Amino acid sequence: MNHLPLIIKREYLTKVRNKSFIIMTFLSPLIFVGIFALVAYLSSLNNDTVRKISVLDESGLFKDEFNSSPHLQYKLLGETTLQNAKEEAEKEEVYGLLYIPKIDRLEDLSKEITFYSEDSPSLSLMGDINDLLENKVNTLKLKEAGIDSETIKNLHINISANQETFKGKETSKLGSGLKLIFGGLAGYLLFMFIIIYGNMIMRSVIEEKTSRVIEVIISSVKPRLLLLGKIFGTTLAGITQFVVWVVLILVLMTVVTSIFGIDPASATPSQQVLDNSVNGGTQQILQDVMMEINNLPITNLIIMFILFFVGGYLLYASLYASVGAAVDSETDTQQFMMPILMPLILAVYVGFFTVIDNPHGTVSQVFSYIPFTSPVVMLMRIPFGVPLWQQIISVLILFASFIAMVWFAAKIYRVGILMYGKKPTYKEIFKWLKY
Amino acid sequence: MEKLLVVNNVSKTYGGYKALNNASIEVEKGSIFGLLGPNGAGKTTLIRIINQITMPDTGSVILDGEPLQPHHIKYIGYLPEERGLYKSMKVGEQALYLAQLKGLSKQEAKERLKYWFDRLEIGDWWDKKIQELSKGMAQKIQFVVTVLHKPKLLIFDEPFSGFDPINANLIKDEILKLRDEGATVIFSTHRMESVEEMCDHIALIHKSNKILDGKLIDIKRQYKNNTFEIGLITQDHASTTAMLKDKFEISPATFKSINNELQYKVRIPDSVSSNDFVSYLTSLGQLTHFVEVVPSASDIFIETIQKN
Repeated sequence: MNHLPLIIKREYLTKVRNKSFIIMTFLSPLIFVGIFALVAYLSSLNNDTVRKISVLDESGLFKDEFNSSPHLQYKLLGETTLQNAKEEAEKEEVYGLLYIPKIDRLEDLSKEITFYSEDSPSLSLMGDINDLLENKVNTLKLKEAGIDSETIKNLHINISANQETFKGKETSKLGSGLKLIFGGLAGYLLFMFIIIYGNMIMRSVIEEKTSRVIEVIISSVKPRLLLLGKIFGTTLAGITQFVVWVVLILVLMTVVTSIFGIDPASATPSQQVLDNSVNGGTQQILQDVMMEINNLPITNLIIMFILFFVGGYLLYASLYASVGAAVDSETDTQQFMMPILMPLILAVYVGFFTVIDNPHGTVSQVFSYIPFTSPVVMLMRIPFGVPLWQQIISVLILFASFIAMVWFAAKIYRVGILMYGKKPTYKEIFKWLKY
Repeated sequence: MEKLLVVNNVSKTYGGYKALNNASIEVEKGSIFGLLGPNGAGKTTLIRIINQITMPDTGSVILDGEPLQPHHIKYIGYLPEERGLYKSMKVGEQALYLAQLKGLSKQEAKERLKYWFDRLEIGDWWDKKIQELSKGMAQKIQFVVTVLHKPKLLIFDEPFSGFDPINANLIKDEILKLRDEGATVIFSTHRMESVEEMCDHIALIHKSNKILDGKLIDIKRQYKNNTFEIGLITQDHASTTAMLKDKFEISPATFKSINNELQYKVRIPDSVSSNDFVSYLTSLGQLTHFVEVVPSASDIFIETIQKN
């Protein structure tokens, strides 16, 4: 008489057939891609506007420095007074007026240059202008001191120490970066998954209570089995939704980018920076990345990722289930949410600060065994090399905690049904365990 | 008679509250057993223990000669007082699901459901969602689900609440029919007239203790006190009343009658036989009405609770 598959099937089908679930499954990617397209469209609109800036350079030092670009046009004003320039600028509705007074010493420039505009100018624009002026002034200063700026450039040497383990395995900065990216992605994915689908499990556990079907059900099945079925069923529904999302988003993205001709890279500024910095050497970088990826313990990583992801998710899911078991209605769940999210947030913090700083320090080690934090912390540590036995112990602890948590939730559930309409306190829940 | 269910000295404490104190009941096979008591007396706790929803602190429960075990749930059909169904599930699907949880195969469950749905004339609800049904309709589904797996022991907690009189009667007849087919029924209710009509045996629980237990007939015999309702036509009502009052305990009675007569409830001493009493009454005037007053289940309930 094993009812688990039956319960899982019901939970899964109920979730998947639910109208709002279906709508969200198909609407979310649309909204996501829609917002993406909108942002890309708007930022391209933004880029199309041409900003005109008048420059009144009384010092005459910067004559050749202002190169207009398609989005930014500089107009050097001839002999005129500041007053006139301002009036003219206002009349012509230019974006702003840059005023560089005549000075005796270069040092004075730092305080004397002024930018006039209708409203506060954009930060990035001001940054660009400041950089431009600063560069010029620095070059001039160097010249004044009798140093050729070209010489300095040539004298500069970049140092990048080679990294190698004692056993002779080459490691590199790029490798460390990749390891961090992998760990960070894994942690982030787990975090998102827990937050999105944990609540779903909680609601599903409350369902029997609000519809009062609970007594009929638990006179037929053990609460533990019911909770397990709910956790697995809802998780499967969650995975289904997630897969649909990923597939739909990928498809829609392709469609949108090809229709509107938006280059996805242009919408992400960081990508631009990256492109610029590796200009030309892309091929080389790509090769390096591939090599580094090959150097990572891929099989180990994938297996452990799956184990920790599943284990971590199930553990948190059972925590959400216990909250559902303790309360009568969703409105009562608020007070219990914080204690669930705390260890999760802690795990992410430890992962991003401590592990990056020292992957094998005491703190990192301890947190990679504690079941509530191990999925994130251990996953971030593994790329840096963790002995297999440690990984296995951590996984075992994780799954044992999951089973214990379900037992705990079932215990609360069994007693919780006897108390309708009352919001339990922590003290009461503790007492229930002894019933 | 063979016992289907024996509950031995069962106690249950929640925190500091004693919900059930050394309760014992024995339910005969093929009988209808009334489990009575005021609200909060401990009936539901006892029922939940029989259903293995909660475990007793002490004491044992024996079902059909075996100590209660998890697999026994398929022999029990339970209709709880707090009941409901999954609101967004379709009637048919839901009934199938619940039946399968009780250990029926899908095919078997389908056949039996069809039988019951035809029988109660609710076949066209199969594809409706529970939330589209009225409360009474949902109750019918719930009843079907309770009895579908042909349990040996049926436990109904307030089975008639939410039913109109016609459907309540329908359900009552179905319960009696199930009993005739061999099922044993435990029946918890506050509706004393249905206890009167249906129960062979009752137990009364009050403040966690069982205070009364036995065959309804025996209990009635025990509770009757030689009281008769009489109607008497005499020449002089006042003097007759005085004479009766002198000899017996009397209290006014009212019953429908075409005569203009004296109507009293009279309690006679145990030493006087009813025949002697009748001849005494006929000597006083024309006797038009003579009925022994048998306590109703309701009277017994109230009297016992007040005594304790």
